Amino acid sequence: MSSTAPHALSDVTASDGTLRRFLHGLPGVDAVGLEARAASLGTRSIKTTAKAYAIDLAISMVDLTTLEGADTPGKVRALGAKAVRPDPTDRTAPATAAVCVYPDMVATAKEAVAGSTVKVASVATAFPAGRAPLSVKLADVREAVAAGADEIDMVIDRGAFLAGNYLKVHDEITAVKEACGTSARLKVIFETGELSTYDNIRRASWLGMLAGADFIKTSTGKVAVNATPANTLLMLEAVRDFRAQTGVRIGVKPAGGIRTSKDAIKFLVLVNETAGEDWLDNHWFRFGASSLLNDLLMQRQKLATGRYSGPDYVTVD
Amino acid sequence: MAPVFDYAPAPESRSVVDIASSYGLFIDGEFTEAADGKVFKTVSPSTEEVLSEVAEAGEADVDRAVKAARKAFEKWSALPGSERAKYLFRIARIIQERSRELAVLETLDNGKPIRETRDADIPLVAAYFFYYAGWADKLDHAGYGADPRPLGVAGQVIPWNFPLLMLAWKIAPALATGNTVVLKPAETTPLSALFFADICRQAGLPKGVVNILTGDGRAGAALVAHPDVDKVAFTGSTAVGKQIARTVAGTRKKLTLELGGKGANIVFDDAPIDQAVEGIVNGIFFNQGQVCCAGSRLLVQESIHDELLDSLKRRLTTLRLGDPLDKNTDIGAINSAQQLERITSLVEQGEAEGAERWSAACELPENGYWFAPTLFTGVTQAHTVARDEIFGPVLSVLTFRTPDEAVAKANNTPYGLSAGIWTEKGSRILAVANKLRAGVVWSNTFNKFDPTSPFGGYKESGFGREGGRHGLEAYLDV
Repeated sequence: MSSTAPHALSDVTASDGTLRRFLHGLPGVDAVGLEARAASLGTRSIKTTAKAYAIDLAISMVDLTTLEGADTPGKVRALGAKAVRPDPTDRTAPATAAVCVYPDMVATAKEAVAGSTVKVASVATAFPAGRAPLSVKLADVREAVAAGADEIDMVIDRGAFLAGNYLKVHDEITAVKEACGTSARLKVIFETGELSTYDNIRRASWLGMLAGADFIKTSTGKVAVNATPANTLLMLEAVRDFRAQTGVRIGVKPAGGIRTSKDAIKFLVLVNETAGEDWLDNHWFRFGASSLLNDLLMQRQKLATGRYSGPDYVTVD
Repeated sequence: MAPVFDYAPAPESRSVVDIASSYGLFIDGEFTEAADGKVFKTVSPSTEEVLSEVAEAGEADVDRAVKAARKAFEKWSALPGSERAKYLFRIARIIQERSRELAVLETLDNGKPIRETRDADIPLVAAYFFYYAGWADKLDHAGYGADPRPLGVAGQVIPWNFPLLMLAWKIAPALATGNTVVLKPAETTPLSALFFADICRQAGLPKGVVNILTGDGRAGAALVAHPDVDKVAFTGSTAVGKQIARTVAGTRKKLTLELGGKGANIVFDDAPIDQAVEGIVNGIFFNQGQVCCAGSRLLVQESIHDELLDSLKRRLTTLRLGDPLDKNTDIGAINSAQQLERITSLVEQGEAEGAERWSAACELPENGYWFAPTLFTGVTQAHTVARDEIFGPVLSVLTFRTPDEAVAKANNTPYGLSAGIWTEKGSRILAVANKLRAGVVWSNTFNKFDPTSPFGGYKESGFGREGGRHGLEAYLDV
């Protein structure tokens, strides 16, 4: 298979051996130091105008998500309407970045957001476990793309990664990227909670970027530990370094467990002070979340009116 | 272009601290004027605003304070350890209760960011009192024999870089072991010690156990020379430390000195780079580099020099310099005009000697004393900036090729207070740490303090240890 890695790193993916040596040659991660840095950035005090800016920015970065077995077309349509117009009482609230649904709901979602800037993302590749033959995963992706998905969120084969079969994971990502064609951007989900160590998360990040990911994403939201400030900081360092080395820019998407405006703003501070301010745009940074949006909207209303309204003043979905 | 994420100012309120227009000396439990009525002003380094006027102690005042401490010593040293512990625990709790007030006060008087006083200084101050309170009734088990005795009156002189923390390092072990103290805070940062005097009264500490004399070097010299002082403890510059050593030489006084440093921060090529960059920043830009154990010499393995320097420079551009009361400020003001002058002149010398200077582009406020985070590359052991303690936000970058060379360069200094090692290889940490002649060696971190851990120097960085069980020895007759 031909390598999609940027020219500067093209020989890295020549064989399992070169890929392993490259990934294991990346600088290590000191867990204590990483977490301390993430915590220290979390103490930035974001008030008044900066807070208003951050809240609107965060809303515009939300991938409004429903990934339940019980999803119905009605639920997806409601979600789409909310993504397009998050706050019916205040039309100045920005639209979210995307709605994220299972592949069978892509067509419905596409219809629901038609005419807006909202994209449709779909979790293909046998989400969330990823335990299916490659042919099935690719079919999953092709169906979603054919139904109009603008973005594909794929899960990597964590088993292969943990077994050290890096080239297998690489080739799978490359194949999925190819199946996305030119119309869909690819987000690669590592399920960081299952990768267990920060060193693994850094290696996975580079592996994903080498294989042609447009976005690297922390998690599915379906395991105990999802996005954390520390693992997101680590991935931001990875995209920053990848750009410095190759000139190629990759997006980052923390997903799962980000529920409050306060948390979301902390992530934006991480982006601002790690990858840099030009990542502060929904083309390069996303939040995978469902309940976050309502908290952002309530905080937004509070800033606008000076009063805290409560959950009955935002829509349930 | 999209608007940038510009953090709005988030200043901590000044109203939580009530600074009086003038303060006296704290002698025998009372605030009193200096015998000759002299006063001096203390200013806020970030604005040059006069904060208050404090009494300037003369020899007569030193004598009064030492007498008060001597008188209090009889009862204080006779108290059971558990009783002394009660007072110390009470002081520690009051410090916690008044932490916000103390943090703002310290920031106003010293110029360091509220982030540091709030998150590092004041919590550590409380922790040191709690820690030594715990020792007060266990001195028999400290390893200095059964029933070790206190020394008597301790004369303590502390610097301006960590005014309240250095006070805690000195006073907590002295009181726990049954000594009484006369403490002289630095001339530019007297206020938190005076607030501490108030805390002693709030805690009901017996009169005369703690006495605070504000004043300049002359008051310090008189205190050190006073014949009825049994123990001298000093933290500050090596030059003053040498004078004190000469004064004390030949007397029965016990002496501990915590002096200057020129700490080496050694980064090997297998280091966790991103965390090493944070550690370098924390090592030299914490408290504007005005830290005796600062990692002011960065020793980088040649193979990663360029990569590391790029990362470091990029990181320095994100440091926020300005109003120290703003919760988002990383770099505050230099403590005094005099100190700023010293930093400036050493940096000019570095440039004149041919080292390459790089400073982060940040706007410096109009008033107050400021210096942008700066680093020198192309530095060799022969450069002044590699040898003299600058005591400011200035990092000298040197390179090495092998671990032996790193150790040789790290040890090639008249000082020996601190060092840092960055590598992912555990065996290398142990091997290198054993060869470094420094009182503290941090691995994969820097500038971390804990009351249980002893701190002190080799060579011109002084002698004696503060903190931990070892810190008790300085105040016991052993």
